[in-house]
Amino acid sequence: MAARSITLTAEVSQPIGTTLHDWVVTVDHKKLGILYILYALVFLLIGGIEATIVRVQLMVPNNHFVSPQVFNRLFTMHGTTMIFFVAMPILFGFANYLIPLMIGTRDMAFPRLNAWSFWLTAFGGLLLYFSFIGGNGLYGAGNAPDVGWFAYAPLTATTFSLGHSTDFWTLGLLVSGFGSIGTAINILATIICLRCPGMTLGKMPLLAWMNLVTAAMVLLAISPLTAAQIMLSLDRFLGAHFFDTQAGGSAVLWMHFFWIFGHPEVYVLVLPAFAFASEIIPVFSRKPIFGYPVMVAATIAIGFVGFSVWAHHMFTVGMNSYANSFFTITTMVIGIPTGIKIFNWIGTMWGGKIAFKTPMLFCIAFLFQFLIAGLTGIMLSAAPFDWQLGNSYFVVAHFHYVIVGGILFTLFAAFYYWFPKMSGRMYNETLGKWHFWLFLIGFHLTFDFMHIPGLLGMPRRIYTYEAGRGWDIWNLICTIGVFFQIVATLLFIGSLLWSYFNGKAAGNDPWDAWTLEWSTSSPPTEYNFAQIPVVKSRRPLWDIKHPEDPDWKYE
Amino acid sequence: MMAGCLLAVQPAFGNLPDPSQMPNMFRPASTHANSIVQLSIFVLIITALIFVVVFSLLTYSIVKFRKRADDDGREPAPVYGSNQVELAWTVIPGLIVLVLFFATARVIHAIQGARKPAGAIEVIAIGHQFWWEFRYPSLGVVTANELHVPSSDPSHPTPTFITLLSADTDHSFWIPRLAGKTDLIPNRVNHMWIDPNETGIFVGQCAQYCGTQHAKMLLRVYVDAPDQFKQWVQGQTKPAHLTNEVIEGRRIFETTACINCHAVSGTVADGHFGPDLTHLMSRDTIASGAAPNTTENLRLWIQDPDAIKPGSLMPAMKLNERDLDAVTTYLETLR
Amino acid sequence: MNSQAILLSSSSPELVWKLPSRGHVGMLSLIAAELAIFTIFVVAYLFYIGKSLTGPMPKDVLEVPIFATICLLSSSWTIHVAVKALQNGRLRTFGAWWFVTMSLGFIFLVETGREWHHLIFEKGLTISTNLFGTTYYSLVGLHAFHVVVGLIGIAIAMILILLGKVKKEHSERADVFSLYWHFVDVVWIVVFTVVYIIGR
Repeated sequence: MAARSITLTAEVSQPIGTTLHDWVVTVDHKKLGILYILYALVFLLIGGIEATIVRVQLMVPNNHFVSPQVFNRLFTMHGTTMIFFVAMPILFGFANYLIPLMIGTRDMAFPRLNAWSFWLTAFGGLLLYFSFIGGNGLYGAGNAPDVGWFAYAPLTATTFSLGHSTDFWTLGLLVSGFGSIGTAINILATIICLRCPGMTLGKMPLLAWMNLVTAAMVLLAISPLTAAQIMLSLDRFLGAHFFDTQAGGSAVLWMHFFWIFGHPEVYVLVLPAFAFASEIIPVFSRKPIFGYPVMVAATIAIGFVGFSVWAHHMFTVGMNSYANSFFTITTMVIGIPTGIKIFNWIGTMWGGKIAFKTPMLFCIAFLFQFLIAGLTGIMLSAAPFDWQLGNSYFVVAHFHYVIVGGILFTLFAAFYYWFPKMSGRMYNETLGKWHFWLFLIGFHLTFDFMHIPGLLGMPRRIYTYEAGRGWDIWNLICTIGVFFQIVATLLFIGSLLWSYFNGKAAGNDPWDAWTLEWSTSSPPTEYNFAQIPVVKSRRPLWDIKHPEDPDWKYE
Repeated sequence: MMAGCLLAVQPAFGNLPDPSQMPNMFRPASTHANSIVQLSIFVLIITALIFVVVFSLLTYSIVKFRKRADDDGREPAPVYGSNQVELAWTVIPGLIVLVLFFATARVIHAIQGARKPAGAIEVIAIGHQFWWEFRYPSLGVVTANELHVPSSDPSHPTPTFITLLSADTDHSFWIPRLAGKTDLIPNRVNHMWIDPNETGIFVGQCAQYCGTQHAKMLLRVYVDAPDQFKQWVQGQTKPAHLTNEVIEGRRIFETTACINCHAVSGTVADGHFGPDLTHLMSRDTIASGAAPNTTENLRLWIQDPDAIKPGSLMPAMKLNERDLDAVTTYLETLR
Repeated sequence: MNSQAILLSSSSPELVWKLPSRGHVGMLSLIAAELAIFTIFVVAYLFYIGKSLTGPMPKDVLEVPIFATICLLSSSWTIHVAVKALQNGRLRTFGAWWFVTMSLGFIFLVETGREWHHLIFEKGLTISTNLFGTTYYSLVGLHAFHVVVGLIGIAIAMILILLGKVKKEHSERADVFSLYWHFVDVVWIVVFTVVYIIGR
């Protein structure tokens, strides 16, 4: 008998109010996952608009598209939005949706905590954005924060940041930070306690492993930010002196606390991206992942070493030569497990039969781009080189290469790969390829050439620049690239919407894949599995499809 | 490839930038900047090699192992891993890291451990929102925004050692052709040094976001030949030039809020919040490089600073036209 | 519900699938995050020792809270005894020891309140006085806040106990909760050492 499947459209007999109510009070991991993803997509568009205005202002020297005050708010909000209200929610969304399905269980360990975490995160974002409405009021009483996404002290002190803009930043992120910790606790408990019988830690999909390490990192990385924000709020509201340099406080202490969060945070963002690549590349190469145990070990190594590199963001602060050398070597060392992963992905494709469907196209671009991003990271890790390149557009180019060229590309891959599972429909392959090529061109126009002004001395966070320094043409090219990316992103969203309503039925397993989520219907029933599966290898569906040659004989 | 671009940058349109005005780190003019370039080129070569190897492997694999049109539909042989291969691509990167690290550590220690020779010039740089204060304690010079230093001859070095302080928020001193950047942080003392080996003007700007007008906290370093530098110092240590023709302008200056922020040595003006104006006319630019130092700009700056640098902390003085002209004329005598 | 223990029937009759309990894993994860937050406050405290530009200094105003510490640390032992009693089904013993735990925690808070009253009104030390005031009130206050939260949880449980709703099968939940209480005590040992021993 056919199981009742949940679809996104309201069923004919159900009034819209009931559907909305279902979604608002849901504790189902699949619905919450989709809520996270949709929330993040909205902020992706908003953050993209902020970036576009920034790039238009920088298109030519001495431009007057926006005032310096507006520009400073825009780059602050762009960075804060993209990290906290796009990247983190969207990755948590995919984790929420996929993990229970991939480990063979019915929901996350704490479904109500899951809902609470989502709504906290959502509220945090709304609180941050409320700052825009605060308006110019009484001498800066409210408006969007303009202190940069890392909010260095003492610029954030009440002396230099009048009104409440900084408070919106602090409190919005504090609130969503609690949501992130809640989700991390949930992911940890789910993966450790709810795996289906037979799925030992050594047999679970790499996506589960990478999210496990990510969750552990979130617990230990978001907390320092939370602590620092509490301290900043005590300074601003109760006259405390944590970062009050006039009272003997230390501006550098804020930097240490912030970057102890800030650096592991980028691994929190990139490990789930690696997870997507590790699931998608094998399926489209028709081979199991090369070196599963080494991939796990490398992930754990990144988790640990990632906490030892933070002050490479502070090479110019005046630390002594021993500290600078220490952070140089730890940063270089973390390139090793990261590089190993790239080699293992190549090893996976080696000897395979690669099908260039949209998810795989995005993953292949990811491999090339992440290679470059890692290499510019090595350049930045050499402290003296960083004394020139730090705080310049070279750094901006580097981290956008990682976040857009690495993380966003694998996110697009993940969208196309799991969209059939989530919606029950196939996406349109032609539109997908258009999206890919347009975005690829736009990405490279903007971020390849952005390295050059950095090498030529252009610092970051400037609303305009002097003509004749050799920066003009490159800035123009960067801005042109933005328009390709805008068109591509709109095409992406349009194509998903079109496919949702008009795509052909996907069936359970359109990719002939091997992990448990493909054994459920598309979309899955609310309870995921009629019977909790029992597994014997890392590719349970391969074992079922190839009973003469199952994986558990060879692993 | 990028280094090549930079050593011969020719933009496709617009004014050809004067190469000496380009803050291009790959045209170093001091030992400090030069040692960074040497290290950078070494790092670039190694990363370029890694790039070529991995790029080739990637390209080869997607071309050679693509699914052909005449595919028989059979699954390829599953290969789960290989310990030897894993070892190889762990050990080799490890060795590369060691080599890179030792090369880097050498340069870190060379730059940060440099000793101050006897002939060194000492400067204290104090960062403000949004201008630079420069003091030469042993020479008795106080100036702003445009730093003059002597060129340094390796046989008889006269580098400039700069102590970096801040009066308010974080800033960063960055002249790419002369040195890597070092931050100015309140309640903290930082140090850096430069030993320029050619004369000329070197441009840079504040490189740590410090507020609304971070973008226009520009920096100019004038490297003078040693006797030129001596002349400059002499000019700077004289008290303010006083003439009777500008009595009216000087009176207005000294009886309005100007003196709360600005100093003119030898007069009652002794404010420290804004730049010292004693030798204002010896500078090529005003508002920390935001505008050339002309009569028009000076006048505009006093009347409406937001027209030049919106959000800077200089208030509009709201003088009438006559007073404005008088004050401007007075300031123009401060050579 | 206890940890998942599923007996697999068909292929391997002896294989039992037992994974850790999600309550314990969840609570330990929360404790890990909280420890990270406290670590940052402790680091700030240690970093700022001796750096206040004006007085009062710790040795001028701090009195070592021996009594409060004894109360709080013993409450770890009493909650442990309570949980053991519940695991053995001795509900009245459990309720009694639970009540003692609650009282000891409450005494600790009262003592902290008295200490703060003394510092603020008689010694003139507030969070905005100097770096010592800032780091002292924030670190001790953060800990006290966690005690308050714990006490609220204990009080709610106390009400449920008095209403007779807590049974032997809830012992795992009580055990998970007690992990939080032990964490609060461990943090106090660190805070005590840093503030009253090292920092004085």
